[in-house]
Amino acid sequence: MAEVRITGLHKRYGAFHAVRGIDLHIPDGEFTVLVGPSGCGKSTLLRTIAGLEESSQGTIEIGGEVVNDFRPRDRDVAMVFQDYALYPHMSVAKNIGFGLKARKMPKPEVEVRVAEAARMLGITPLLGRFPRQLSGGQRQRVAIGRAIVRNPLIFLFDEPLSNLDAQLRDEMRGEIKRLHQDIATTMIYVTHDQIEAMTLADRIVLMRDGLIEQQGAPLELFEHPASTFVAGFLGSPRMSFLPGNLALDGSAAAIRLADALLPLAPGRGLKGVADGQQVLLGLRPEHLTRAHTATPEQGTFRYEATIDLLQPTGSRSYATFRLAGAPVMAELQAHDVSRPGEKLAIDINMNRASIFDATTERAI
Amino acid sequence: MAAVAPARRRKRRSLPIGRILLLGFFLVFVLWPLYWMFNTSIKPSDDYLTVPPVWFPAAPTLVHYEAALFTYRGLDGLINSLIISLSATVLSALIGTLMAYSLARYNTGGRHLSFWVLSQRFLPPIGIVLPVFLIYRGVGLYDTHIGLILAYTVFTLPVSVWMMFAYFRGMPKSMEEAALVDGCTRWEAFWRVAVPLAAPGIVAAAVFAFIACWTEFFFALILTSRTAFTLPTVFRAFIGFQGAQYGEAAALAIVSLVPSIALGVLAQRHLVRGLTLGAVRG
Repeated sequence: MAEVRITGLHKRYGAFHAVRGIDLHIPDGEFTVLVGPSGCGKSTLLRTIAGLEESSQGTIEIGGEVVNDFRPRDRDVAMVFQDYALYPHMSVAKNIGFGLKARKMPKPEVEVRVAEAARMLGITPLLGRFPRQLSGGQRQRVAIGRAIVRNPLIFLFDEPLSNLDAQLRDEMRGEIKRLHQDIATTMIYVTHDQIEAMTLADRIVLMRDGLIEQQGAPLELFEHPASTFVAGFLGSPRMSFLPGNLALDGSAAAIRLADALLPLAPGRGLKGVADGQQVLLGLRPEHLTRAHTATPEQGTFRYEATIDLLQPTGSRSYATFRLAGAPVMAELQAHDVSRPGEKLAIDINMNRASIFDATTERAI
Repeated sequence: MAAVAPARRRKRRSLPIGRILLLGFFLVFVLWPLYWMFNTSIKPSDDYLTVPPVWFPAAPTLVHYEAALFTYRGLDGLINSLIISLSATVLSALIGTLMAYSLARYNTGGRHLSFWVLSQRFLPPIGIVLPVFLIYRGVGLYDTHIGLILAYTVFTLPVSVWMMFAYFRGMPKSMEEAALVDGCTRWEAFWRVAVPLAAPGIVAAAVFAFIACWTEFFFALILTSRTAFTLPTVFRAFIGFQGAQYGEAAALAIVSLVPSIALGVLAQRHLVRGLTLGAVRG
């Protein structure tokens, strides 16, 4: 158990600047997910924490100790790899016990701890098998067993679920979450999958081009994205962005799209804005519903939409229509709309809408 | 399904004539010289070139073996060949594995060193044999086991390194990285994870090196004389003023096949996997 503190971290590969100044504090016992598109530096950051890459600049502290010059083995971290990285020439029991053996633990104790880890993960019957005789999910369990058996200060996960099929991925995701609840060790988890990030994390660190774009609790990032990048990355289906202008009239504010004026709630704190400023209005599909009342409720804007694309998922239907020339997606009840081309009154909840500056793409 | 199964079974029962003929032809093609060599090695001298040929001698004899091994010192050559080839093979595999690992994982020498290693094979051996001969005579390596072991190690290294390099390149890094995080030093990760995984490649490279050493003639001829001479050089003696000693040559050829075949059988399991150069992993 330990906290991790990263200060001013840079990593360069020749001319390529992969990590461009990261400051990050991960409290003891927290489940932190590093998420971002491929090439954003999240795996490099994780590997630098593990000691598999050397940092070009900055410090990494684990449990209050600067570990920059420590070999991976001396950092007391455990890592689960995307391709599992099991040793093919060793049995499952040997795989799990390898780290303990390498650290010269007496054999009887290794056996006890391997048995305990196997029991926790439900892989006791597999101990005598070899990795090639296991399914993907079983391999991943062994890889996790190899990590937990060492009882390390922190766990590092490098996209551990991306080689599994969808169903198994959901299952293993739950198991990893449960594992964290049971052992409460600091975990740092890298993924490009925003659902994994949302479901697993105590805290999400969203990275872009080697920098942290935003960090915080999953719902905080989801509901108050700092930029269009964060807003677009989290949430599926994606947030729709509509270009418009701010219309300020005394204390009343609204957003003017091409042919519509969408009023904003009076209490909304808009700071440092100007009348006519170009903005992007961010609407999540779940902020749009089919109108059920005679007049729109306070803070909602009603729009007569012509649905031009319909994607039913069973429980919900995603309907796309055009608002001021831009496509917008609404998450409707399954039977709210039956076919494309249908005209429908849609209520847009402006209280939950996000507003971004059109040039900086930062939230206003 | 039930209707299909019997039809398939019937088809399987009929003999694939074409395939049998093809395999039979191939088998004869491969085995005939061996048969003839063995046949010649146990024939009395008078039967060598008779028309029609003697398909199997009425009175098989071992005199050619005796002559080849003792009179012509074939046994000494065999022992020398074993010592030199095995030593050079072990050295080549050992150094080659270390070199290849370094090239593959640390990118030692940048882009060019790995190619330079292979390029050593572009040089025709005849181009360096005289300088090597002069150097060897000067430093006292001429006609010594160590001299030929050194030469063979150097000659087989490029191919060993290149084969192992491809093998290590094809191996995912993550297993060694897992070992490093698990508690291994760099050396332990290499020795306990990378080397066992590369075993098929190492064995394949070693077999190639051994065959190259075992059959090498030119350098053995120039660099040895009466002490460290190898098996291939012994064959020179069978062509003399009064014609060729077919029986002795055949007998020694049979003897020289034994280690190669034994090695092939021992290494077969690894060899096929190794020759795919890391493409197939268990």
